[in-house]
Amino acid sequence: MTSAPQPLASQDVALAVHDLTVSLPAGMERAHAVENVSFELKRGQILCIIGESGSGKSVTANAIMGLLPKSIRVFSGEIRLEGMDLVGLSPESLRDLRGRVVSMIFQDPLSALNPLMTVGAQIEEVMAAHGAGTPKSRRSRAIELLTEVGLPDPPLMYHQYPFRLSGGQRQRVMIAMALALEPAILIADEPTTALDVTTQAQILQLIRDIQRRKGMSVMFITHDFGVVAEIADSVVVMEKGHCVEQGSAEQVLKSPSHLYTRRLIAAVPHLTGKDRVPAEAAASSSILKVECLVKTYRSGSALFGKQRIVPAVNGVSFDLSPGRTLGVVGESGSGKSSLGRLLIKLLDSDSGSILFEGGDVARLSEAEFRPIRPKIQMIFQDPFASLNPRSTVGQILTVGPIAHGLPHKDACEQARELLAHVGLDAGTFDRYPHEFSGGQRQRIGIARALMFKPKLLIADEAVSALDVSIQAQILKLLDQIQRETGVSMIFITHDLRVASQICDEIAVMHRGQIVEHGPPSQIFLNPTSAYTRELVAAIPGEQQSNARAIGSQSTLAGHSHK
Amino acid sequence: MCCRPRPLWPRSALEWCCNANMVPRMSGFLLNRLSQSVVLLVIVSIIGFTVLNLMPGGPLAQFGLDPGMTQKDVERLATQLGLNRPLWIQYLDWAWRLLQGDWGHSFRDGSSVLAVIGRHLLATLLLMGTSTAFAIAVGAWIGIRGATHRYSLFDYCATVGAMVALSVPTFWFGLIGIYIFTLKLGWVPAGNMYTIGDGSVLDYLHHLILPSLVLSLVHVAIWSRYMRTATLDALSQDFVKTARAKGVSERRILLKHVVGNALLPMITLAGMQLPSILTGALVTETVFTWPGMGRLFLDSLGYSDYPVVMGLLIFSAILVVLGNLIADIIIATVDPRIRLG
Repeated sequence: MTSAPQPLASQDVALAVHDLTVSLPAGMERAHAVENVSFELKRGQILCIIGESGSGKSVTANAIMGLLPKSIRVFSGEIRLEGMDLVGLSPESLRDLRGRVVSMIFQDPLSALNPLMTVGAQIEEVMAAHGAGTPKSRRSRAIELLTEVGLPDPPLMYHQYPFRLSGGQRQRVMIAMALALEPAILIADEPTTALDVTTQAQILQLIRDIQRRKGMSVMFITHDFGVVAEIADSVVVMEKGHCVEQGSAEQVLKSPSHLYTRRLIAAVPHLTGKDRVPAEAAASSSILKVECLVKTYRSGSALFGKQRIVPAVNGVSFDLSPGRTLGVVGESGSGKSSLGRLLIKLLDSDSGSILFEGGDVARLSEAEFRPIRPKIQMIFQDPFASLNPRSTVGQILTVGPIAHGLPHKDACEQARELLAHVGLDAGTFDRYPHEFSGGQRQRIGIARALMFKPKLLIADEAVSALDVSIQAQILKLLDQIQRETGVSMIFITHDLRVASQICDEIAVMHRGQIVEHGPPSQIFLNPTSAYTRELVAAIPGEQQSNARAIGSQSTLAGHSHK
Repeated sequence: MCCRPRPLWPRSALEWCCNANMVPRMSGFLLNRLSQSVVLLVIVSIIGFTVLNLMPGGPLAQFGLDPGMTQKDVERLATQLGLNRPLWIQYLDWAWRLLQGDWGHSFRDGSSVLAVIGRHLLATLLLMGTSTAFAIAVGAWIGIRGATHRYSLFDYCATVGAMVALSVPTFWFGLIGIYIFTLKLGWVPAGNMYTIGDGSVLDYLHHLILPSLVLSLVHVAIWSRYMRTATLDALSQDFVKTARAKGVSERRILLKHVVGNALLPMITLAGMQLPSILTGALVTETVFTWPGMGRLFLDSLGYSDYPVVMGLLIFSAILVVLGNLIADIIIATVDPRIRLG
């Protein structure tokens, strides 16, 4: 553990955390969520706290806000804000500080707003809770705030309910709410993790702008060093409840002293601009050939009220050679997930053809398609929701192949082999999904998909829910599996950096259409469409890292892994 | 810039009526649901009619043992009532009259079925209305408090109490209630709706206390359990954390953010309760000799009074449909995601 920096004159420090230890309830994997953590947030600066899930960064933020659940409490240490120690302050005094002196925004803007209240009412609530202003002044202030965070048509937005807003818009509302009483400190707990790359870039820009304009101090929590490079003035690196390194952003990014910091930085995928070297020369025939695929969603009935028509996939065509990976990249709503579902026939296409191993599967009935199903398998995004919590890992892996006629004994044997193959120990077979971490669960998901010895894997945002460092490990595993089994892959993601690590070719999707298609080198270094250029520009941390010319170590093989 | 008035809570209902865009959508929704309901009612009535007439003996079985009635008398009566016709013709005749507002006449005293139902409806409404209102209020309070004070002594007692109330049959509570409060303490009457010759409001209320409390026990148990789960669910939502981070007081968080969201699923439950409010509680009405719909149903079955039984069947089917429809409309009114989605 590195020592805390020299104490500064107190007027330069907005918030000081000193030797903070937060204890966990008995029976957890460790006794303390955070142990002896010290750092200082300087006035008018952005401090990034970075670490993997479970590192204690969110617990630290909640301790400052006085929002820890009852079972978790501050064991020792102090949190000094404007000369006051927040530890041991009465709940009522803490409530008075929250929203007025310290504000907080959260990771998931979809669930962080009350669905039954209008946007305006929720912003006014902050002011009403602290007795600021009159109902009239609160309303004009709310509209002013909506303007300030760059939302379109603020007077209309004021009356809108959250479900009408996109993720980025909701996060702007959250920011407006946090700014309502001009707090001295803003705590942002992974505010961009759930957002698309382009939206993330806009929200980061907004936070930076507002912070500069108001001279606010921001504590920004993230697991992504790309985001750190984009926004931080200083950095605190946390691992398993300990603060392992801290310093200025430049110092930590350029010359990280701790091994863990180096590992986190190395795990950040960078645009390579280099194409992947395939295991073998491509066969002339393609395993999957998609032509003019169309899927349109219709909601509401045509008889009653107006019908909404959303062209999700609009004339998509591409080719995939055996043993290659095609990346499908786009923002949410671009139709990339619908495309994945069409290919595995979880959705029926409206028109177009899907030639799999030469035969058109698009028009096959479910019964006719069933024998082909094992050959096309899917890896899902959410490793927590996609595994049945009531089945053992062994059951999850074997139920499919047994349904397709594989003897029970063979299926179990194969499952054990595959679990070892994806890097899980032998005991995994009889355990339940909840006993595993996100990364381990995703390995189970991959093993499940491989049970059928598929010809084509469709990975729908397979690493998006994982920490950056775990992402790198899963990507390496997928790469290794492809080289060994020759499986073809369609890798759907919103993250260009991730796509550049694993794909031979990339198709950029925008509003249901492929706007650009080519090898990573072309997409990243020489994008032809304006939309691709926008996506590339939005990648966090790239400008900085390009300037530092990290380049050469950015292929997968060059990374250090656990 | 902004000149629209601050939305009050009933704004949604107002907007719902005034907003020109909403009218076609909502009437479409209503039309759709009503057409489904009609189909449902037809199916229920056919099944009810068939099953009723499949019972051994048929409607005139009771006269078979009456020494004063000859076989000829019974046949004459069957012809008179149209009971000798094929079943499907009887059904069509009955349904056709029903559509015209003629629900038939009781075999017992010849009064119209609607009048018979009307006579008992008020008694049931009084009993069930009181106990349901009590059950919802108390059950919701216990549920919310159980959720906010989870694993406290109160929560454990409420859980055990609900289990007891749900597993012990209502008539037992009724009998114990009569034993303690009538026989031992003499506080309340043992049954009936009013004292003959009195009939003041106070007298009605006096008679109402025990049966409505006994009846509400089970409903308090059900409501408190549902409400506890719904409140816990709402409490764990991210927007509650957001409200805390804004510095909103715990009391307001509970009232404004938690209860509102927790009540949404409760509306559906309340909609399903509506039929039982009007069809009555058979057991409780029998124990307390309460002249409500439950008793009417039991008596009519005993007398093979088919027109009344069929009338009650259709009446409760209509209430089921209506209850769900009202619940849907209320949910659409309070939940913007459904109202505007």
